[in-house]
Amino acid sequence: MTTSHISAVPRPRVGRFRFPSVFAPRPAFRRLPVPKKWSQRRIVAVQIAVVVAALGGWEIAALLTWIDPFFWSQPSKIWQTGKIFFTQGDAFTDIFFTLRATVLGFVIGTFAGSALGLSFWWSRNYAAVAQPFVVCFESIPKLALAPLVILVFGIGLTSKVAMAVALTLVVSTLTTYAGVQAVDPDSEKLFYSLGASRMQLFRKLVIPAVLPWTLSVLRVNIGLALTGAIVGEFISSQHGLGREILYAGQTYDIALVWVAVLVLSFFAMLMYVAVAWLEKWLRKGVVR
Amino acid sequence: MPSAKLEVRSLAMQFSTSGADVAALTPVSFGLSEGSFVSVIGPSGCGKSTLFNIIAGLQPPTGGAVLIDGEDATGTIGRVGYMLQKDLLLPWRTVLDNVVLGMEIKGVSRQRARATALPYLQRYGLGGFEDRYPRELSGGMRQRAALLRTLLLDTDIVLLDEPFGALDAQTRSAMQEWLLQIWADFRKTVVFVTHDVEEAVFLSDEILVMSPRPGRVVDRLTVTLPRPRARSVANSADFISLKERCLAHLGHVTPEMAA
Repeated sequence: MTTSHISAVPRPRVGRFRFPSVFAPRPAFRRLPVPKKWSQRRIVAVQIAVVVAALGGWEIAALLTWIDPFFWSQPSKIWQTGKIFFTQGDAFTDIFFTLRATVLGFVIGTFAGSALGLSFWWSRNYAAVAQPFVVCFESIPKLALAPLVILVFGIGLTSKVAMAVALTLVVSTLTTYAGVQAVDPDSEKLFYSLGASRMQLFRKLVIPAVLPWTLSVLRVNIGLALTGAIVGEFISSQHGLGREILYAGQTYDIALVWVAVLVLSFFAMLMYVAVAWLEKWLRKGVVR
Repeated sequence: MPSAKLEVRSLAMQFSTSGADVAALTPVSFGLSEGSFVSVIGPSGCGKSTLFNIIAGLQPPTGGAVLIDGEDATGTIGRVGYMLQKDLLLPWRTVLDNVVLGMEIKGVSRQRARATALPYLQRYGLGGFEDRYPRELSGGMRQRAALLRTLLLDTDIVLLDEPFGALDAQTRSAMQEWLLQIWADFRKTVVFVTHDVEEAVFLSDEILVMSPRPGRVVDRLTVTLPRPRARSVANSADFISLKERCLAHLGHVTPEMAA
């Protein structure tokens, strides 16, 4: 570094020199954006307003025939039909039928799937052999199997449960298996260094480590189980909300379709909340 | 050597990666007497962890044998306590239940194991934390819990693989003194792996210096500093000369350390 080289460049005079600013004329400093937060009450009020506006708009649009009430029905008619549905028909038989198929399918599919996923831990060879089959079954659109399932299991409850199981089983299997693969090899090493048997390792390490993975699919599975049960009822059934919807649609009783769909949504929500609660409880009590 | 607690007899380990044979350990032999504290130092990749895995029975050697009390123990697990670098506490178990894991695996009922372990937790700085979960503990406390889990395993030999490697300097120095206290109480044969020469000299009766790949023992130093040792021992001439001898061995292999 020679002085002559440096002196070729004009040197800024300390103190008085200012770099020409590209932020002309003068940078405006921005305030930290603070998102506005509404009170819970206000949020609920807006939510209610949205529902009222939607229903009111629908009713008015149907009355003024902006939309064809024959195809779209209207809230007032749906309300009337709903009253009849719950007082005169065998609504509760249908609801109970669908819920039973859903819950049974959910429980069987989740348990069997988790067990299957866990079983892959026992033998790497067995897991390697089984994996393509599982992936293959996963890729089949299970709903497309519905007619076959009805033929094999009949039009009763069994076929609906089977559909629900078909939908939930693979998700549980794959997720649990992913959990099995994520078990820390160092933890396995620790267990073996303590002299553990395979069974001890499985019970004291693998199951508790995989449990959060299994629990994470519960909420997905309850939705899938319901879908399976409904589709089973669509194909062929004597009871159930799915059958109710199909029947109402075929007889152009659109209001009844809406009633059944609403009842279905209500119970879907109820089961979702129940399962979310179950998951939370299990996580707290067992997993930590 | 009739009375060695732990004897490693011409232990060798070869890996074959992509066709080429790599020797991780060339025949390594040494014997350790009962109740001694021995450190193993050496650069990364000198096969310290491989050596530990073999002694713990987690990896079969390609040659040689491990003897405990003169008895062939090659490939048997659960005979030595082994503490890995990470604490590996199970997040779903409380501290107490983590500490009793080893006993539980050995078939002691959880009830009895808890009753046995609780006084130790109180005595060794985990009192009041027995019902906490590992994530609520500091790094130093987690290491204490992990070490207690290893020590309560009723094995005479304990392998510690850089247990304080991830701790900050202050915690680390406190943990060293804690370890010396606990070692004096339990009277186990300890094999301690570390990168830290000062730590090795401060803690040990003997130091084995290993060379980088292929791993072998290049020097064996006896530390004659009196016990119990205070921190100020680090200023003594003996300490410094031992430290320098170790550093000279390691300095010899600096390029590999960088790798």
